[in-house]
Amino acid sequence: MAEELKKTPLYDAHLAAGARMVPFGGWAMPLQYRDILEEHRAVRGRAGLFDVSHMGEIMVRGSGALKLLQYILTNDITAMVDGQVMYSLMCNANGGVLDDILVYRLEKERYLLVVNAANKDRVLTWIMDQSGDGAAVEDITDQTALLALQGPRSAEIMTALAGFNPGLVGGFRFVRGGVAGIGCLVSRTGYTGEDGFEIFLYAGDAVSMWQKLLAAGEPHGLAPAGLGARDTLRLEASLLLYGHELTEEITPLEAGLGRFVKLEKNSFIGREALFKQRGHLSRRLAGLTMLERGVPRAGYTVSVGGKVSGWVTSGGYAPTLDAYLAMAYLPDMVRPGDRAEVLIRGKERQAVVTPMPFYKRDRRKMVPAAVAEAGADNMGFPAQLNKEGMI
Amino acid sequence: MIPGGLLYSSNHEWVKVDGKTGRVGITHYAQEALGSVVFIDLPEEGARVAAGENMGVIESVKAASDYYTPVSGTVIAVNGDLPDAPELINEDPYGRGWIAEIELDNPAEQETLLDAEGYKELLAGEKK
Repeated sequence: MAEELKKTPLYDAHLAAGARMVPFGGWAMPLQYRDILEEHRAVRGRAGLFDVSHMGEIMVRGSGALKLLQYILTNDITAMVDGQVMYSLMCNANGGVLDDILVYRLEKERYLLVVNAANKDRVLTWIMDQSGDGAAVEDITDQTALLALQGPRSAEIMTALAGFNPGLVGGFRFVRGGVAGIGCLVSRTGYTGEDGFEIFLYAGDAVSMWQKLLAAGEPHGLAPAGLGARDTLRLEASLLLYGHELTEEITPLEAGLGRFVKLEKNSFIGREALFKQRGHLSRRLAGLTMLERGVPRAGYTVSVGGKVSGWVTSGGYAPTLDAYLAMAYLPDMVRPGDRAEVLIRGKERQAVVTPMPFYKRDRRKMVPAAVAEAGADNMGFPAQLNKEGMI
Repeated sequence: MIPGGLLYSSNHEWVKVDGKTGRVGITHYAQEALGSVVFIDLPEEGARVAAGENMGVIESVKAASDYYTPVSGTVIAVNGDLPDAPELINEDPYGRGWIAEIELDNPAEQETLLDAEGYKELLAGEKK
């Protein structure tokens, strides 16, 4: 019954580096190389390199591509320009989230979608089912590797290797160029709450790129980082994870992602349901900080005012903040400062509703000296970074 | 990483017996398997515990795991440093990462535990 796990092109490199491998979304992925907390701190303080080749990549092209995406996604794809990345949800007719997706506009008639590994097959089927004339849909996951270079030193490391000036790549923008002599697509995106880049390249070049990045990053304290750190980093940054904060039973409005839902655009799948729900939410994603010691974990019950009111979607120890944090679905009327209790192994532990994101990097610290020295006069990227908020 | 002079359980706890009391913790192997410890649920002082019984929960970044006492008796002290610094269990599992001290009910019970050599063999078997 156990289906064989897929391997990224870096599988052997991970084993050689002593990684502890775990199944994730149908893939064998590195959980940690040495220690999750060390890897977490490396990304916050210096830089970390992640293999995220499990993510699905789907190309949509043709004269009907834009129309198709506009219909199946909640954000306004017509507002995009070439070289832009946009975060969007894909919903079912009830407004439930089928996947959260990054859309890369290569050209007006060519888009790259980055989808969650565990959802890739059904997303592909969904898109093909909705696809009409003039749109070709192609799964390029297996020939594509994806590396994420994340952390405050990322730009310096990238500057040393890139055949372009990474300082000129703004937040949620991408360029196609060479890194360490290897052709790739590089976007200023990530899933850690830090500055960073995501590098798409041919699977066959992945090992070479991985090694060159690690070597160039060594003087900057770059360390390989696994899914364990990726999870604690994204929790601190309050970035949502499909299967936890997002499911088919939860709408983007409930998840606090209303800014990625453009109800005013033309018809899209889920629009009617979301339109009706707007202003009438019964539950909403909220942040919790434990006031008593205890690790809130996904699935734990949360009470407000002595009444069972919701559940934890993700939670754990937040190393940067030295706190136990959780995201939870709670009644919409709950406000920051309100008390809640998380049921941990039969005991109610006090928590307080906390604004998200829990962690926000200090953008003033982000301007990398090496980029400034390289003569980048357009230092506008810190302000632009993460303009979209999520991812 | 398996000091002599301690006794070991097959659940990967150690006990250092000093007269009628035993100091208890988890082994290097156990802390390595858990990964970064971020929380520990300590037993209460005065609690009665029986060998092999659950004494509390240790939580690493990724998971919560029960831990057990290798000896029976009464908990007479717990390591008060651990709630603020659970990472001591990773950093110094046989020293500053100790968990509890137990007044032994039955010193003869120790004979059921492994010495360093025996524990080493157990680990060699588990790694196969």
